[in-house]
Amino acid sequence: MKEIVVISGKGGTGKTSITASFAYLSGKDIVVADCDVDAADMHLLMKPDFKESEDFYSGEIAKIDQDKCTNCGDCANVCRFDAIPVINGEYIVDPLSCEGCGYCARICPVDAITNELQIVGEQYVSTTRVGSKMLHAKLSIGADNSGKLVAKVKDEAKKIAKNNNKDFVLIDGSPGIGCPVVSSITGANFVLLVTEPSVSGLHDLKRVYQIVKKFQIKAGCIINKSDINPKFVKEIKEFLNEEGIVHISNLPYDENFTKAMTIGQTIVEYDKGDLTKILTKSWNKIKGELL
Amino acid sequence: MKIAIASGKGGTGKTTLSTNLAAYLSETEKVVLNDLDVEEPNSGLFIKGKLIHKEDKYKMIPEWIEDKCTLCGICQDVCNYNAIVQIDPKIIVFPPLCHSCYACSELCPEAALPMVPKKIGELKHFEYNKLSFIESKLDIGEEQAVPLIAQTQKYTDEHFSDDTIKLYDSPPGTSCPVIEATKDADFVILVTEPTPFGFHDLKLAIETMKALKKEFAVVVNRFGIGNDDVLDYCEKEKIPIIAKIPNSRKIAELYSHGELIYEKVPEVKLQLKAIKDYILKMIEGGKR
Ligand code: SF4
Ligand code: SF4
Ligand code: SF4
Ligand code: SF4
Repeated sequence: MKEIVVISGKGGTGKTSITASFAYLSGKDIVVADCDVDAADMHLLMKPDFKESEDFYSGEIAKIDQDKCTNCGDCANVCRFDAIPVINGEYIVDPLSCEGCGYCARICPVDAITNELQIVGEQYVSTTRVGSKMLHAKLSIGADNSGKLVAKVKDEAKKIAKNNNKDFVLIDGSPGIGCPVVSSITGANFVLLVTEPSVSGLHDLKRVYQIVKKFQIKAGCIINKSDINPKFVKEIKEFLNEEGIVHISNLPYDENFTKAMTIGQTIVEYDKGDLTKILTKSWNKIKGELL
Repeated sequence: MKIAIASGKGGTGKTTLSTNLAAYLSETEKVVLNDLDVEEPNSGLFIKGKLIHKEDKYKMIPEWIEDKCTLCGICQDVCNYNAIVQIDPKIIVFPPLCHSCYACSELCPEAALPMVPKKIGELKHFEYNKLSFIESKLDIGEEQAVPLIAQTQKYTDEHFSDDTIKLYDSPPGTSCPVIEATKDADFVILVTEPTPFGFHDLKLAIETMKALKKEFAVVVNRFGIGNDDVLDYCEKEKIPIIAKIPNSRKIAELYSHGELIYEKVPEVKLQLKAIKDYILKMIEGGKR
C-alpha cells in the first residue's frame, strides 16, 4: 500500500479539483482522505455519505468552579495568555484565549480549576459516489491542533486501505507550511506538488518543498494554468530539475475547472478534451513512479 | 480603524484584494497594510517598497541548566504539550511544541529552567510611495503563527496613529491564526468566489465571524464564473456585498507577474472605489 499526498503550499492552485479527478478515475480501487481539515472541500465533488462520524477531542480547556473559588487571583496572575479576565467580580476562563496549558489548575490553592477535554472537530468515514472509502473531518471554529486531526484521519485511511487490500491512499493535503502540512506528509511515499506559474506560486512551491525535502519523500509536480505565464513555467521547471522533482504535467488555464466544480463534478467527468487526457496520463505517471 | 481581510480558505484572492486596496487607499488616506499570513506572506511579492526597518521576533522557551537540575521530573509532568521530556540523565526541550506558558520554568523548584528568547521569525517594515507595509515571516519549521501575529499587531499599534487605516491580510482557514488576526478588527472583509468551494468556505468564515461577534461584509472575487449561490445567500442573510471583482484572464496574468492590477484594469479600480466609499462612510459614522 502506497500513500500519495497532494499539497500546494497555498490554496487556490486547483489542488482539490485535481485530487478529486484522480479519486474519480480510480473508483473503488483506492482509499481517499481529505486532510485539508481547516476547510475541507473535497466532499463537494466526491459526495460522500457522511455515514459514520466521531467526535475528535484534543487539548484541554480550563474551567473554574465558582463555588470553590476564593477570588485570590493566582490563576489570572500565572496565565500567560490573558485567558482569565475578571467579569462581574468573578474569575472566568475565556475559552477562545485559553491554550489549555494547565498551569492555573496546578497552582489554584483550593483546587477550583479543572481541565476539560475539548471537542475540536468531527471525523467521518464515508463511502463516496464512486464507491471508494473516504476519510474526512471538520475542525471546530477556532480550534487548535489541526495537525493531530490530520494525523488521525490519515491513520484511519491507511488502516482501511490495509484491511481492504487497496494499493493506494490518496490524500488531499493541508495548505500552508505549518504543523498540519507536516502531519499530512509524514510517512507518505509520494508528494504531488500542485503549483501555478506566478511570482507567488514559485515562492510557495520553494517554501513548501523545503519541508518535503527534510522528510526525503519522492516528489512530483503539476503546473496548473501553465499557459498564463511561460516565463515562470521555465523557472519552475528549472527548480524541479535542480531538486530532482519529477515534472508530471502542465495543465492549461481552462474555465472548465470552475465549470465542473460549479455543478459538483470532477474535471475528468465534465471535460471531454485535453484536460481529461492530461489528468489521466498524470495519474498513471504518478502511480508508475511508485511501482 | 482596523480592517481585517479574511477568507475561509486560501486562493480566493485575498492577497490581491489586500495589496490593491491598500495601494489604492494610500493615494488619499493614511494606510498601513499588515501581512499576517505569517506562514506564507505573499503581499511583499506585489508591494516591493523600501525597507525602513527590520527586526527578529522571538518567543520564550525554557533552557535547561544541567548543574542546577536534580532531575525531579516536575517539568516534564507539568508540560501539557509534551514539549519537555526527561530522558535520564537529561532534560530535553522541543521548541516547536512549546507554547511559552512558563509553567515548567516557574514550577521548577531549582530554578533550573529559565525562559530564554528563541527566534521564530522576522518582521519587516517597508514604505512604498505613501503606503506603509509590514510583513512578518515565520521561520521554516516553526509551527506557531499566533505569537508572531500578535507581535506584528503590537508593532503596528505602536508605530501608527489611530486615524490610520490598518489593513490586516489574514491567514486562511478558521483556526487560531485567523482568530488572532481578526479578533481586534473593527470590521472584516470576507473575500469569496461565486463557486461551490467559495460558497462552502464563505459559510465557515461567516460562522467564525459570528462567533467572534464581528461586523463584516463580503467582496466577491472572480465575479462572473460559477453560480449565484453566494449572491443569493448574502441577500437572504442580509450580508452586504460591497464589491464584485470581475473574472478575467488578464487579471490572472497580471497577478502571475506580481503586478498591482487596479491601475491597468479600470473595472477593478471602480470596485475598489466602492470599497473605499464604504470604509470612509463607516469611519464618518463614528467608527475609528
Ligand atoms: S486560583 Fe483558584 S481560587 Fe484563586 S481565583 Fe483562580 S480559581 Fe479562584
Ligand atoms: S489553562 Fe493555561 S491558558 Fe488556560 S486559563 Fe489556565 S493558565 Fe490560562
Ligand atoms: S523541574 Fe527543574 S529540577 Fe526538576 S527535573 Fe525539571 S529542570 Fe530539573
Ligand atoms: S513553557 Fe510551558 S509549553 Fe513550554 S515547555 Fe514549559 S511547560 Fe511546556
